[in-house]
Amino acid sequence: MSVMKRVSLIFKSKANRALDRMEDPRETLDYSYQRQLEMLTQVRRGVADVATSRKRLELQMNTLQQQQNKLEGQAKQALGAGREDLAREALSRRSTLQTQYADLETQYHSLQADEEKLTAASQRLQAKVEAFRTQKETIKATYTAAEAQTRIGEAVSGISEEMGDVGMAVQRAQDKTAQMQARAGAIDELMASGALDDVTGTGRDDIQSELDQMRGGQDVELELERLKGEIGGAPKREIESGPVDGAAQASPATPAEQPQAGESS
Amino acid sequence: MIVRILGEGQLRVDDAATDELNVLDAALGKAVNAGDEQAFRPALTALLDRVRSLGTPLAEDALEPSDLILPYSDAGLDDVRELTTGEGLIPG
Repeated sequence: MSVMKRVSLIFKSKANRALDRMEDPRETLDYSYQRQLEMLTQVRRGVADVATSRKRLELQMNTLQQQQNKLEGQAKQALGAGREDLAREALSRRSTLQTQYADLETQYHSLQADEEKLTAASQRLQAKVEAFRTQKETIKATYTAAEAQTRIGEAVSGISEEMGDVGMAVQRAQDKTAQMQARAGAIDELMASGALDDVTGTGRDDIQSELDQMRGGQDVELELERLKGEIGGAPKREIESGPVDGAAQASPATPAEQPQAGESS
Repeated sequence: MIVRILGEGQLRVDDAATDELNVLDAALGKAVNAGDEQAFRPALTALLDRVRSLGTPLAEDALEPSDLILPYSDAGLDDVRELTTGEGLIPG
């Protein structure tokens, strides 16, 4: 049998089971209406859940974007200081973040589409529930139980199909947001641990501290030169061969000592 | 006839389109039965696209059951298989 027919048979048999449950078909109307109201609440909650997940992704994307900008700034700074190795490291970290960002962006668009679909489904269901309520009252007022049967059958199977559809859509959206929240949680943890600042996982932004040290070193040299100028007359060659020699050695080889030198100046 | 695309709503489609839709539906059914992932996606997309382009959306407050129901657009092969077997309600 064809796919289209098989799916509709599944839905019809579910609607029929709902109809068979009641002795007086008019009771079916009230029962079904209660179920519809519950389903409406469920759909609205589903829409809200998807929106929450989407907003959380948005925040994470912003944070990742800021990190990328920071790394790019560091790369520029490092290049300006002639440290191509540092610039390369910063850019390679940025590229890791770019991949993560692209992944989040895909999820974001998919959530956005789900949110739109669920919102539309919720509006459709709302319109149908209202139409059902009107019909329900008319049927109860005008028809005997026997006469009402056909009309009730139609109204109930029409709306129970809608409810089956919406119910499945909410379920799918919830499964998906649950998966995304698990992944979002993992990224939140990464951010909290500082591992995104520093992919080496030491929890410190080592690129920034090295850049700071370099700047510190330069400041020391400038300061020394200024002081020597004040003391007077020391030729420039002596500055280079003399005390500055120590500072120049310290900058790349033993970076840990460097900030102290910067502070003391 | 009234056709529902799950997740999208109901459309009214002229009965004259039945044969054409049956051909597309048969291709989808074949892919599902064979578990043919590669044929499945284009077959589902072709069927849904055709129904969308032929059909006119039903009013939102319409309470009519559909004659045919189609899987949602991002359904996978397993999802469709589940939809067509339900809870083992359909014989054959």
